[in-house]
Amino acid sequence: MSGEVAIIGVGMHPWGKWGHNFVTYGVAAAQEALRDAGVEWKNVQFVSGAATMRCGYPGYVAGATFAQALGWQGAEVNTSYAACASGSQALAAARTKILSGQADVALVIGADTTPKGFLAPAKGERPDDPDWVRFRLGITNPTYFALYARRRMALYGDTQEDFANVKVKNAAHGLENPRARYRKAFSHADVAASPMVANPLRLMDICATSDGGAALIVCSLDYAKKIGKANAPHIAAISTVTPRFASAILEMPDIATDSAIAAEAHAFRASLPAKAYEEAGIGPEDVSVAEVYDLSTALELDWIEDLRLCPRGDAAAITRAGDTKIGGRIPVNTSGGLACFGEAVPAQAIAQICELTWQLRGEAGPRQVEGAKVGITANQGLFGHGSSVIIKR
Amino acid sequence: MSKDLKPVLDWFSTGPEPHLIGSKCSACGTFYFPKLETLCRNPVCDSTQFETAPLSRFGTLWSYTDAGYQPPEPYVATDPYKPFAIAAVELDKEKMVVLGQVIEGVGVDALKVGMKMELVIETVPDKTEPEGKIVWKWKPVEGAQ
Repeated sequence: MSGEVAIIGVGMHPWGKWGHNFVTYGVAAAQEALRDAGVEWKNVQFVSGAATMRCGYPGYVAGATFAQALGWQGAEVNTSYAACASGSQALAAARTKILSGQADVALVIGADTTPKGFLAPAKGERPDDPDWVRFRLGITNPTYFALYARRRMALYGDTQEDFANVKVKNAAHGLENPRARYRKAFSHADVAASPMVANPLRLMDICATSDGGAALIVCSLDYAKKIGKANAPHIAAISTVTPRFASAILEMPDIATDSAIAAEAHAFRASLPAKAYEEAGIGPEDVSVAEVYDLSTALELDWIEDLRLCPRGDAAAITRAGDTKIGGRIPVNTSGGLACFGEAVPAQAIAQICELTWQLRGEAGPRQVEGAKVGITANQGLFGHGSSVIIKR
Repeated sequence: MSKDLKPVLDWFSTGPEPHLIGSKCSACGTFYFPKLETLCRNPVCDSTQFETAPLSRFGTLWSYTDAGYQPPEPYVATDPYKPFAIAAVELDKEKMVVLGQVIEGVGVDALKVGMKMELVIETVPDKTEPEGKIVWKWKPVEGAQ
């Protein structure tokens, strides 16, 4: 298909709470990706950065910040901000640039340094900002995750133990991932002993915020061939669709859903992979491995259904049966997911693609999914942002 | 409750039967909360005419949770922090779900998805008002299960 680009290099700075400037993580990730691709920095023609809102002006202009830190060499730059989907939008910008023939090779990059505790809104009395309103009422991100989790319990009979299964599974996956922040096995008893944050979700059901950086080198198929990387994984789809009115599920940071009086209710999350499958011309039955946004354990179950990896309501059962483990029918979050990484917002969607690239190249070591050919990501952030990327070989 | 208390947000009425104040598109009938009076967000409707619409005072509990840890600012906490429950309530007439805190003294153990909920007004701590400010909250309807 002519709409494809190749991923020839990937790199990640390990996730953690290192306390360095975010630029440090991005530069380390970029250098690893460049080495991996065998591309010299001076030959990169386009730098597509994912912005961070927490690190001052350099974070708002991340593309340029990283270009300067790597050494100005005249490349064109772009910076994207789309909350948790920032990395995918930065990738989409690079793909467009390459497919339009304006660049052969691009660096896609995101990094963050996060504060401790809850992600909080900007300061001041700002009742016009829905993000301010919900925090004034004491409604944090885990509130939304917990509302979805409780809804699953009511609709499908999921239990807290079903949610803990996701943590236990992802912790086992991340155990041998050198880039993961938390590399510790968790038992059901560990999860049950952790404090309740937002009933029914406990601390071990909810992802932390982390420092981290991830980078990709992407290029035209001709360029990949020219440098002897014709077999590199291809990007088959990037979906960054917005919700459709009337959006039926409470979305962060809103205090109410749309009213479905005059328009049919639509589910946003499920529409993200639906567009990606359509664009790639494949279906869920073709997927070998998925990296999904487990902001909470229960949310991983929602994503499994949104990706149509099982019928609606069955995700807890297939997780219990071991289908989503490495070695199972459809491994999910082989990297360890956000459970083992914690969220570094602008880097996270890129990190998902790094993991899938290693899987498709057969380089995931102890995490390897045998014969992985097609990988899909899914993520969602505030204000109608989300993404789903399909890569294949 | 003293009637001098200021609201956290000017988005509801007080009195014996308080309700949220939303708006309704005059053309397609879509409700909005918070109030919208500019351009209807239904993509096939281009109306700029809205009526003020009191929203239903009763609804069905769609989901619920609580805040085990003290939320960050602008939330204003009591000292010591008192956890509270949060409800997402589905309004039948408006076909929408609205969030709010649950009244003091009602925890998650007293809540069940599908139960009838009622809108009430209660005070919450405030940084500048020593008596606190008022806000809408959800309360299980007497005898609801």
